[in-house]
Amino acid sequence: MTTAILLARAQFAFTIGFHIVLPAFSIGLASYLAVLEALWLTTGRGVYLDLFNYWLRVFAVVFAMGVVSGVVMAYEFGTNWSVFAEKTGPVIGPLMGYEVLTAFFLEAGFLGVMLFGMKRVGPGLHMFATAVVAFGTLISAFWILSANSWMQTPAGYAISPHGRFIPVDWWAIVFNPSFPYRLVHMVLASYLSVAFLVGAVGAWHLLRDRQSQAARVMFSMAMWMAAIVAPLQVIAGDQQGLNTLRYQPAKVAAMEGDFTTRPGTSLKLFGLPNLAAGRTEDQIAIPHLGALILTHSWDGTVRGLDSFPRRDWPPAPWVFWSFRLMVALGFAMVGLGWWSLWLRFRRRLYATPLLLRAALAMAPAGFIAVLCGWVTTEVGRQPFTVYGLLRTTQSASPIGAPGVAASFAAIAVVYFIVFGVGFRYILRLLRQPPAVGQHGPESGVPVRSAGLTPAPALEPDAAPSAAGE
Amino acid sequence: MAYWLPVAWAGLIAVAVLAYVLLDGFDLGVGILFAVEHHPDDRDVMVNTVAPVWDGNETWLVLGGGGLFAVFPMAYAVIMPAFYPAIIGMLLALVFRGVAFEFRFRARRPLSRAWWDRAFMGGSTVAAFCQGLTLGGLLQGVHAVDGQYAGGWFDWLTGFTLLCGIAVVLGYALLGSTWLIWRTEGRLQHSARRHAHVLGMAVLGLIVIVSLWTPMLNPRFEHRWFGFPGIVLTSPVPILVALAAWGFWRGLAGRRDLAPFLCAEAWFVLCYAGLGISLWPLIVPPGITIWQAAAPPSSQLFLLVGAVVLIPVILIYTGFAYWVFRGKVKVGAHYH
Ligand code: HDD
Ligand code: HEM
Ligand code: HEM
Repeated sequence: MTTAILLARAQFAFTIGFHIVLPAFSIGLASYLAVLEALWLTTGRGVYLDLFNYWLRVFAVVFAMGVVSGVVMAYEFGTNWSVFAEKTGPVIGPLMGYEVLTAFFLEAGFLGVMLFGMKRVGPGLHMFATAVVAFGTLISAFWILSANSWMQTPAGYAISPHGRFIPVDWWAIVFNPSFPYRLVHMVLASYLSVAFLVGAVGAWHLLRDRQSQAARVMFSMAMWMAAIVAPLQVIAGDQQGLNTLRYQPAKVAAMEGDFTTRPGTSLKLFGLPNLAAGRTEDQIAIPHLGALILTHSWDGTVRGLDSFPRRDWPPAPWVFWSFRLMVALGFAMVGLGWWSLWLRFRRRLYATPLLLRAALAMAPAGFIAVLCGWVTTEVGRQPFTVYGLLRTTQSASPIGAPGVAASFAAIAVVYFIVFGVGFRYILRLLRQPPAVGQHGPESGVPVRSAGLTPAPALEPDAAPSAAGE
Repeated sequence: MAYWLPVAWAGLIAVAVLAYVLLDGFDLGVGILFAVEHHPDDRDVMVNTVAPVWDGNETWLVLGGGGLFAVFPMAYAVIMPAFYPAIIGMLLALVFRGVAFEFRFRARRPLSRAWWDRAFMGGSTVAAFCQGLTLGGLLQGVHAVDGQYAGGWFDWLTGFTLLCGIAVVLGYALLGSTWLIWRTEGRLQHSARRHAHVLGMAVLGLIVIVSLWTPMLNPRFEHRWFGFPGIVLTSPVPILVALAAWGFWRGLAGRRDLAPFLCAEAWFVLCYAGLGISLWPLIVPPGITIWQAAAPPSSQLFLLVGAVVLIPVILIYTGFAYWVFRGKVKVGAHYH
């Protein structure tokens, strides 16, 4: 494989690695904000509004970064993958076109109102704007995941004599076989990512001030999500794995580190897949468990990589390890969720420092799992861009390695600076406890003081402790 | 079908790109004007005039690019590699200016805030310049073989494209200054008027130069502009430009708030129409027409249905967002 293609792949992985974390964040956070605002409107409790304002600032930063990294993605198909674009544009282009028309405009149109409009439009319309933005992020996930899933499990197409994909059945294209699974799994992943972050922030502030009402609400809401949604995610992941086994068996073989086809496959907990030698070395494995999970039978046969031509093998070590890390994090989430449930029933939810510390440690768990999941999915699709039909080596632009390298270097420098600073600003916002009793997102914090000095309303000592509640 | 669908889509994409230029033009222009507006209060007001709407404005760019990918994939596949450095430059510039909206209010130390102000200005300027380069390069023509770019690294870099780059930067600055005349008051409005006056003259001069230069690039353009029947279509364009110029300076002199903005936007619409007249029916000069670049009818039809229904809806709620934030923007206004 040529250097230019390797660089283009690395560049794509890099840019989308940054991008995906941000939409996962904003999909989850937008829904959380909508829930907080709805709770405030229905219960009238100020703490929900305080939390809403607190997370709204974070949302504004995350969303801006999500948008700019997304615009880069939208053009990268053309700059680095022009042959791919020319061949698949007729199929996945319209899906992305619908994403722009149904989601991006909707989010952008109501984002201004959501961020700046509370005083201008009143709570009812503001709630509507927040809900629309949250809904928009979900629509966005719908279309882009449909496009991605079509590349994994193509359906509803014909191929023209020039090797172009021609859409034949749009329903089959949009709802291609892996799409429903991927959509569910990704949306749950976004919710979990934000839940674990919110939980960690709540835990951090609880460790400082056990009585903080806002921190309690955050922590409690997050732990409910962990207890309920994390197990659902394990089920969704299992279902998706079965779907993958059906449509992309070579990917599953790589995920499992199975090089040989035989009945009663074991489940490898640890191992070093060695592509050259064609085996997984130093394994620690549980006999028959792999077969049990994947085929639901003790002696079921799962195809190993040996039943595929070598030129179609995905890079197994990447897939094997990223998959294991994701699954481990999934189970850790379930563990934390159920532990919190048990402590909740013993009325010790806020008073168990060990739980709080564990929740704090899990702050990035969701985002890491998202990245691992995508590495499993995308690297496991290799060496194809459209599974089984279009090879990665036949997809790239006629741009030489120096060009791709130069653009990659520029992108890397800019991303590290910009998103590095953004990440710091987010941490800084989250280090402050939520302010009590702010009214409305505008709250008379003038632009000047919000910029040059920390906003007065965010000053920790400006917030009377809500002890007694 | 196979004839009309690409025509409809060429029209729609042209409208999307025009909407982008008219809308993001003024907010990039506001960023470019940071070069001449230094007072911190004024800068905050400037940013706040566009903060609630910039994301929607930029989405038209995504529609333009995404639409091209969907309905004219060959054009997308040729144009992106042909202008590779300019496109990457534009995208990275947009990264800087997009995050600067939030970051400059989050920066705590004056020094880091000054850096984000620079990022806002530099990002806006470079993005505008790269768009001008791409536009000029497209007019100049792109060497493609078999639906793939077949030219060199820097084919696009000529005197003409550099001039187009400068013209777009100044043009956007003009839109920005007239937007500020409309949406601000007091000292800032006053200085925006002064800038609009100078920028207006510079932009008008550049329009004349670029218009005279374009027909020389390609005999086909020359024929279109000066031959019959093209001339029937083309001759009103300069007349209307002159009319808009008259309205522009009258508006400035008469201290009208909105008129200069509308007249400046009218220049852009007219130049854009002139561009359309030159290019039609090419999508990538000199050789690729809209029919050659078109995706199969099933793709074009599928997305057209959505576009026809959704674009009016989008215009309605976008109008609503502008309406919510109408009126003069004051110091300390709407920041969350
Ligand atoms: C919070 C995030 C998160 C968590 C806890 C999990 N996953 Fe996951 N997983 C994702 C986030 C994710 C993802 C980022 O959303 C992926 C990438 C692409 C996709 O469709 O979903 C994914 C992909 C993905 C795939 C690849 C599908 C394919 O490419 O065909 C499988 C088989 C699983 N997951 C299975 C699981 C299992 C069995 C889990 C738990 C025990 C699990 N995931 C936890
Ligand atoms: C190659 C893949 C992708 C491309 C080309 C892409 C493109 C884009 C673009 C252009 C934007 C900016 C929209 C605007 O201007 O408002 C954006 C934002 C967004 N994208 Fe992506 N995207 C990709 C992958 C994904 C994935 C996999 C998801 C989710 C599962 C996703 C979800 C979102 C969301 C929710 C936004 C809104 C902004 C935000 O939430 O930060 N995108 N994307
Ligand atoms: C947002 C989540 C996504 C992540 C994290 C992700 C990750 C990756 C990674 C790691 C690669 C490199 C694989 C390799 O070279 O071994 C890759 C390649 C690629 N992905 Fe994705 N991807 C995502 C979504 C998408 C979507 C939504 C699309 C298309 C609609 C897409 C299209 C591609 C293409 C065209 C390549 C380049 C060719 C290749 O190397 O396979 N990806 N992606």
